[in-house]
Amino acid sequence: MIAALRRIWGLMYRHFCLYRRSWPRLLELAYWPTLELLIWGFTAKFVVQGHADLPVRAAGALIGGVLLWEVALRAQMGVTISFLEEIWSRNLGHVFVSPLRPREMVFALLGVSVMRSLAGLAPAAVIAFLLYDFNVFTFGPALILFMLNLFLMGWWLALGVISLLFRYGASAEALAWTLAFGLTPVACVFYPASILPGWLRPVADALPAAHIFAGMRSALYRHVTDFSQLGIAFGLNGIWMAAAAMIFAAQFRAARRNGALVTIGE
Amino acid sequence: MDAINVENLTKSFGAVRAVEGVSFRVAPGTTCGLLGGNGAGKTTTISMLLGILAPDAGAIRVLGHDMARDRFAALARMNYSSPYVALPMRLTVEENLRVYGHLYNVPQLERRIRELARDFDLEALLRRKAGALSAGQKTRVALAKALINRPALILLDEPTASLDPDTADYVRTGLERYRDETGAAILLASHNMAEVERLCAEVLMMKGGRIVDRGTPAGLIARYGRGDLEQVFLAIARGTESRAS
Repeated sequence: MIAALRRIWGLMYRHFCLYRRSWPRLLELAYWPTLELLIWGFTAKFVVQGHADLPVRAAGALIGGVLLWEVALRAQMGVTISFLEEIWSRNLGHVFVSPLRPREMVFALLGVSVMRSLAGLAPAAVIAFLLYDFNVFTFGPALILFMLNLFLMGWWLALGVISLLFRYGASAEALAWTLAFGLTPVACVFYPASILPGWLRPVADALPAAHIFAGMRSALYRHVTDFSQLGIAFGLNGIWMAAAAMIFAAQFRAARRNGALVTIGE
Repeated sequence: MDAINVENLTKSFGAVRAVEGVSFRVAPGTTCGLLGGNGAGKTTTISMLLGILAPDAGAIRVLGHDMARDRFAALARMNYSSPYVALPMRLTVEENLRVYGHLYNVPQLERRIRELARDFDLEALLRRKAGALSAGQKTRVALAKALINRPALILLDEPTASLDPDTADYVRTGLERYRDETGAAILLASHNMAEVERLCAEVLMMKGGRIVDRGTPAGLIARYGRGDLEQVFLAIARGTESRAS
């Protein structure tokens, strides 16, 4: 167990070293969340100021949505980009022939994604408070449940992307940036699933995000933690995570058979 | 117990038979050379020994561990170096060695890093980024990484490729010293025949995915009636071999 933890830390340490002395990389982590927040924060402010009939909390829902959705996006990118770093640096061969088990590599990448996401989102949360008077901690303890759910969603998406990298090689790397972002329309970040056309609603209902953001709006509008929505989100995350883990394991085995582990970085 | 025991190893990629019926053993404390032209099956064989490629058929035992069932136990006791697989270039030499020290669960890691720095003349380079090193310096770092866990088996793919003769000799001396001091086995894939003659007790000649001949370097030279191992290699690669006996 201690040896496994040490191996996990070994890979995390490799990424920690990469970031601790590279300010462009640190800046890049915070850049997009901050930019998104600024754009949507000022938009929300403008809309609320121009429409006296709109409640101020509508602006809060917009800003809270931006901040929390970034958790899932950053969690997914944190895993996939860290994996791609190993491909780009032609280091994956050394990692795969070390005693690091595939599941330990995944846990290490999840750990890196937490570090990256928190480093990237903290400045945005501070800006939301300073510019828009939006305190993310007003969600109370439910914030932890929201974030945990969103991290889980980002992680199973990331496992899916890595599985595609095993299958299609580095040519699938564009998905590392686009896959989770592409789900935004059906994630129901800023609106309820009922707004969607009927045929699209089942897609939204199958994603944890729609339930998480329904819970977030409930917390903002009614000051109530909607445990049923959060429970559904946890359940869906469990199902998706199990499916993603099975696909990852199957693709890893296939990559060992067809030689993709040897050629993935080429 | 053999360091490597391979029996009837076979691997195909689609219709291409990359390795076919390969069997060999490597004893502890010896260096075995794996020679052959491009596409002969050396890299495929090494990849299967490292566990990153699953064979279609055959059995591999490394340091007594069955690679099909227990490959991580074997991987903890072996290591690998190749100029075609890099170390993270934005990390310093010291950080790279620390990363791999953790991955291989090396006890007293900082002491081990100092030992390797001394043995491979890396003390002045420890704080430098791996990407800023010369080819020779990178090779020394890669070898230090390959020895970080005091492996009982080292797989080396072209360990002295692109090195000047002085650095190459330095590397070979370091490998010989490690092998003789620890009793480790080395499997060496190389196109440098002088290196193979110097380091290897046995040579496996591969062609078309098969081992077509094997023996000591001197034995092969004598058997083919050639002047050196390079001429033996060329004779086998070009299909013009004619054994003297």
